[in-house]
Amino acid sequence: MSERKRELIAIIIGAVLLAGAALAVHLLPDLPWYAKLLIYAVPYLVLGIPIIIDAVHGLIGGEFLDENFLMTVASIGALAIGEGFEGVLVMLLYRIGELLQQISVGKSRDAVASLMDICPDTVNLETENGVVETDPESVHTGDVFIVRPGERIPIDGVIIEGSSGLNTAALTGESLPVDVSAGDCVSSGCISTNGMLRIKATCEYGDSTVARMLELIEGAAANKAKSEKFITKFARVYTPVVCTLALILAIIPPLFFGGEWKDWIYRALNFLVISCPCALVISVPLTFFGGIGGASKKGVLVKGSNCLESLAKCGTVVFDKTGTLTLGSFRLTGIAAEGGMTGDELLRAASAAESLSTHPIALCITKAFRDRFSEEIPAPESVREIAGQGISAVLSGREISAGNIRLMNSLGIVLDDPQFPGTVVHVAVNKKYCGYLMIEDEIKEGTAGTISSLRSEFGVRSVMLTGDRESIGRHIANEIGLDEVHADLLPENKVELLESIINDCQKGKTTAYVGDGINDAPVIARADVGFAMGGLGSDAAIEAADIVLMDDRIEKVPLAIRIAKRTVRIATENIVFALAVKLIVLILGALGYAEMWMAIIADVGVCLVAVLNAMRAMRII
Amino acid sequence: MKKTYKITGVDCANCAAKMEQQISKIDGVNSCSLSFVLQKLTLDCEPEKLGDVLGAASSIVKKIDRGAKILY
Repeated sequence: MSERKRELIAIIIGAVLLAGAALAVHLLPDLPWYAKLLIYAVPYLVLGIPIIIDAVHGLIGGEFLDENFLMTVASIGALAIGEGFEGVLVMLLYRIGELLQQISVGKSRDAVASLMDICPDTVNLETENGVVETDPESVHTGDVFIVRPGERIPIDGVIIEGSSGLNTAALTGESLPVDVSAGDCVSSGCISTNGMLRIKATCEYGDSTVARMLELIEGAAANKAKSEKFITKFARVYTPVVCTLALILAIIPPLFFGGEWKDWIYRALNFLVISCPCALVISVPLTFFGGIGGASKKGVLVKGSNCLESLAKCGTVVFDKTGTLTLGSFRLTGIAAEGGMTGDELLRAASAAESLSTHPIALCITKAFRDRFSEEIPAPESVREIAGQGISAVLSGREISAGNIRLMNSLGIVLDDPQFPGTVVHVAVNKKYCGYLMIEDEIKEGTAGTISSLRSEFGVRSVMLTGDRESIGRHIANEIGLDEVHADLLPENKVELLESIINDCQKGKTTAYVGDGINDAPVIARADVGFAMGGLGSDAAIEAADIVLMDDRIEKVPLAIRIAKRTVRIATENIVFALAVKLIVLILGALGYAEMWMAIIADVGVCLVAVLNAMRAMRII
Repeated sequence: MKKTYKITGVDCANCAAKMEQQISKIDGVNSCSLSFVLQKLTLDCEPEKLGDVLGAASSIVKKIDRGAKILY
């Protein structure tokens, strides 16, 4: 029989005995007080013994004001002043409350745990003796394992055979499957939906995405929010204060103001019953944990309750440009041909010159050529790279030069750089100017919507920092509606600038910084709340960041703020509600209006409501 | 040195808070955090004192809640 079932049976027996005792006392109203006490002692002992044992155990250990002790004193006190029924009722309700609390806390704990259930317990490892089911921790780099349809990938690896639609929801919150096949790298935690995969592990279990994710979220419990610390401190003084008040209430009025002893002792016992701080202490961390768990389900890893708390007060979000607001990959967006050449001819000439280069700009030009034409890029006879200027190549006897304005100047071509917010590649054939290609860094999808929802929903200012030219920065700022942009920054300037933004910030508001974490770890670390995008790529970024976004989607930033605000709101609701109910019952109790059962309900009932409310934080809409 | 231990049987949040407070006062413990939700104890302590710290922590846990236990 489970412990809970035994508990339930004890409670039922106790309740029946209490009803019997009450009936007996009711039918025989003329019994002397000690006979009534004896009748009530039967259900009291059945219900109270375990609590009393715990109380004594606590006393021996030097733990005075623990719950069990308080309940024991309150109930024995009630028996002593002849309120036998109430004394037993205190024990009965207390035990019911504890049981309900255990069940509800257990449930919510499981619910949070299930959010983190992203790591399979076993792996199908290929060995000399065939496929063996084993513990993921025993797999080493280079081992090959099999993931069947519907199973989760336990360790990061590269597919060596098979293809499948991969559900990455556990990592990114994105439900649309991603198609993968042999040669693709896959992250642990993803589910193979429809194909069998043979995967070669590319790291040990401990370095895998899921293992690191779990470590991160579980570490989050150690970073407590201010409100969490406040409530723990409050609880530490709350119980002694209320107990002292109870003592004063029991002694002073009857001793000095002629009050009835029995009446005032009864009021004091009420105080003891509500002096338990459990509802307060439990609800706040549970709320934050719900919020952190819910966020992780959406691919937003939060490193602690304190991060959520400061994010909820966010007033400014500072974005890095490349890799954060833009894809960081270049795209040919326009061709301006001159001197009798067509655009296609210009692109063909430039592609030929750039065909052997691995520079990102060159790759983008050759890619644009392949996208547009089915023919091969003509191979140049010779190529010469001119550092900081461009490239010069010979194709079918013609000299093609592609590069910046300085390259053109060196060829004796004089021109103004066109007003274009991006990179310009000028092309000259046999030292005759033929026009230029326009290349832009692509803005990520949903960026403009994100900026406007930050402003309209939360009143948050958006600022961009970039090392790029002023004109490029301005162009992007206009395109997506940023409030402020700072361009031409060196990496070390970024930290300084962020500091000045933090200093200018309205009091009580915080500043968040969003970067890809590859070269801006110091800036991420300096911000009140640092976001690193793009998953668990760089260790420095994870170390520095407060929040890690598992994918590149910028929309996760307002989502994270929404979660933070909601979580903090629920935690505040819980604190205010619990304190208010306790205060009201304390006042009613002092005035003699509250009965003991009310006090008990105020204690355990509030706790249950707070736990249920806390669970709302987990469900993210 | 940071170490994490699983804890079982901590049923009351206030007890968890008390345990955390008392464990963090043990000699050799730099900081300590006990998550009631995850039932996990995170200890940051001096490595050479780990054995003593764990012993002391176990008796604190036992003292506050008879049913609770640190697994190590």
